[in-house]
Amino acid sequence: MDLTLSPSEAAFRDELRAWLADNHPGEDPPGDDAAFEHRRDWQLKLFEAGYAGFSWPKEYGGRGATLIEQALFGEEMARAKAPQPVNVLGMVMGGPVVITHGSDEQKERWLRPILTAEEIWCQGFSEPESGSDLASLKTKAVKSNGEWVVTGQKVWTTYAHKAKWCMLVARTDQDAPKHQGLTYFIMDMEQEEVQVRPLHQITKEPEFNELFIEEARIPDENVVGGVGNGWAVAITTLMNERAGLGAAAAAGVRMGLEELKQLAHERGADEDPLIRQRLAQLTIEVELLRLNSWRGLTQIMKRGVPGPEGSLPKWQWGEINQALTELAVDILGEEGAYWDSPWTYRLLRSRANSIEGGTTEILKNIIAERVLGLPKLR
Amino acid sequence: MNFDFSDDQQAIKRTAKDLIADRFKFERVRELAEAGAYDDDAWKELCELGWPGIFIEEAYGGQGLGVVELVILMEELGYALAPVPFLSNAAAGLVIQAAGSDEQKQRWLPGIASGELRGAAGMLTGDEAKLVPDADEAQLIVLCGADGVSVIERSAASVEPVATMDSTRRYARVRAGDGGEALEGEAGPGIGAAVLAVSAELTGIAQRAMEMAVEYARDRKQFGRPIGAYQAVSHRCAQMLLETEGARSATYWGAWTADAEPETLELASSMAKAYASDAGWRVCSSSLQVHGGIGFTWEHDLHFFLKRAKVDALMWGGASTHRERIAGLSAVGATAAAPA
Repeated sequence: MDLTLSPSEAAFRDELRAWLADNHPGEDPPGDDAAFEHRRDWQLKLFEAGYAGFSWPKEYGGRGATLIEQALFGEEMARAKAPQPVNVLGMVMGGPVVITHGSDEQKERWLRPILTAEEIWCQGFSEPESGSDLASLKTKAVKSNGEWVVTGQKVWTTYAHKAKWCMLVARTDQDAPKHQGLTYFIMDMEQEEVQVRPLHQITKEPEFNELFIEEARIPDENVVGGVGNGWAVAITTLMNERAGLGAAAAAGVRMGLEELKQLAHERGADEDPLIRQRLAQLTIEVELLRLNSWRGLTQIMKRGVPGPEGSLPKWQWGEINQALTELAVDILGEEGAYWDSPWTYRLLRSRANSIEGGTTEILKNIIAERVLGLPKLR
Repeated sequence: MNFDFSDDQQAIKRTAKDLIADRFKFERVRELAEAGAYDDDAWKELCELGWPGIFIEEAYGGQGLGVVELVILMEELGYALAPVPFLSNAAAGLVIQAAGSDEQKQRWLPGIASGELRGAAGMLTGDEAKLVPDADEAQLIVLCGADGVSVIERSAASVEPVATMDSTRRYARVRAGDGGEALEGEAGPGIGAAVLAVSAELTGIAQRAMEMAVEYARDRKQFGRPIGAYQAVSHRCAQMLLETEGARSATYWGAWTADAEPETLELASSMAKAYASDAGWRVCSSSLQVHGGIGFTWEHDLHFFLKRAKVDALMWGGASTHRERIAGLSAVGATAAAPA
């Protein structure tokens, strides 16, 4: 057991930390379009420094980083409060799917522009009637004259209005069992048959979109992983979304905790015994998120599979972030009501943390069934 | 970065698990608990294996291993509710090793390591330690107070056995009186390690209570299906895993700081004890709820774990006490900041 960084790990972290200090792009400028371009420039900068596609194999333009390096990268990005690169969905989900399941032509066509942010990717998985029960999705793709004709509706599609490509899961066999009739497509967003409508969330921001797809066309060569294999392919992306994010999430909430302690100190609330108890409990939970993440990472490195603790960080992160913002707003008192308070924004935005990327209830189901071996409800 | 046991530590864990599972079957634990007795033969065997001295330096007759190895044993002993005076003796040894002079260590530690000189330790509230495990049968009692730490011979102390809800272990109230010999060194690291030993025991208890709940939820059928298929039950079990693994991560980390990063031990041990105290009780309590009525009966084993968990939570500072310490140690401007 050694919970310190090895000399080479420490050197890697220091180099990255120094690079981030010199190259930090600053906060997003006001306005959605300006913020988007700002993050696109940021990704290009990361790419030129060799930090985009960090986990991707070198042969596809990535860095081939170890799990430890990936975790340190996430920690340092969070610590520096660096914005997410604009094409994060392409890098974390789309690219790895193409690398794992795609043909040589598909890799040649799609991978590099993901890293350079020339082509933005969005994700068309969820539907209004298919959230947690993703495999029940109804968007239909029918083959006609060598191409696929797609009709349906998708929701929670980040950057849909900016995206060139959509990772789309659609039903290609109406008669097969629900998990077996799905196919994973890469759909061109630049067609009239795909309409994008912004979806305003409780913070009033249009962070997400709805997609209305009416007989959109997808060439057959844009099927990834074979017709009927969409569920298995999509699951790869979800696993990629969760794996290794724990350390970054822990670093993010630790930054939040430091800000919260500062706030409590400035307001004199850190003298209040009840506030001190809540601050201490959050301090413990932030530390445990970090520890569980590293324990999980060690298990993956040693045994190739995550241990039981590896399934916990996403759940923990949501709870911590929600509790942290609640305490901040309690400390602010009446001023916590003000719309322009950053903590008020974070209080509201964090409500999604237990929903996005897998609801806490679904995570508990996964733990109950796959880790504890309890019987399935269905 | 490697958050896992070494091969040697894994081997200790496996050996301990197998031995404990064989020697401390629960029927035996129950029988002893109801008789208010310990398993003296098993204790003798553990002493012959050198367990009590696992963390004691070789110069003082121990095995010269660390707090990580100690918590490995403690977790397994907690999992079985092993009826032996291991924790009390270890706590005494930890404090003496941290704060004793060389002469005091020469005098006491070899006996504690071999089990020939049994120790016990507790926290003073005023001039009384209200909950000292195994004080009545020990020869040496370590009392930790705000003004320092002293060691007193059992024969010179006023020891009054108390019945507690935990019948698997014997406890006493201890008054120092006039006797006793001060330990002049820094006792903090010893107390921190003792706190981690209790946290490890709580982790083992939580693990066992969770396993009992999961097994019961798989077998027990109501409304035509196993109750573990209902999310009201299965999500409870998932919560048990979250809390048990949290207690485990915090305890292992704390033990590692005791051996490798002592400047973080105070914070880490308080984090482990605060979290494990809550987790041990909540997991046992939740397991009882999963069991329903049968879990509330004396004939079921669960209540022994539930009660030990609560008593452990109360010993060596409860969750609120440790959270208050954490608030101070991690406050804005405090020097003992969490690791970068």
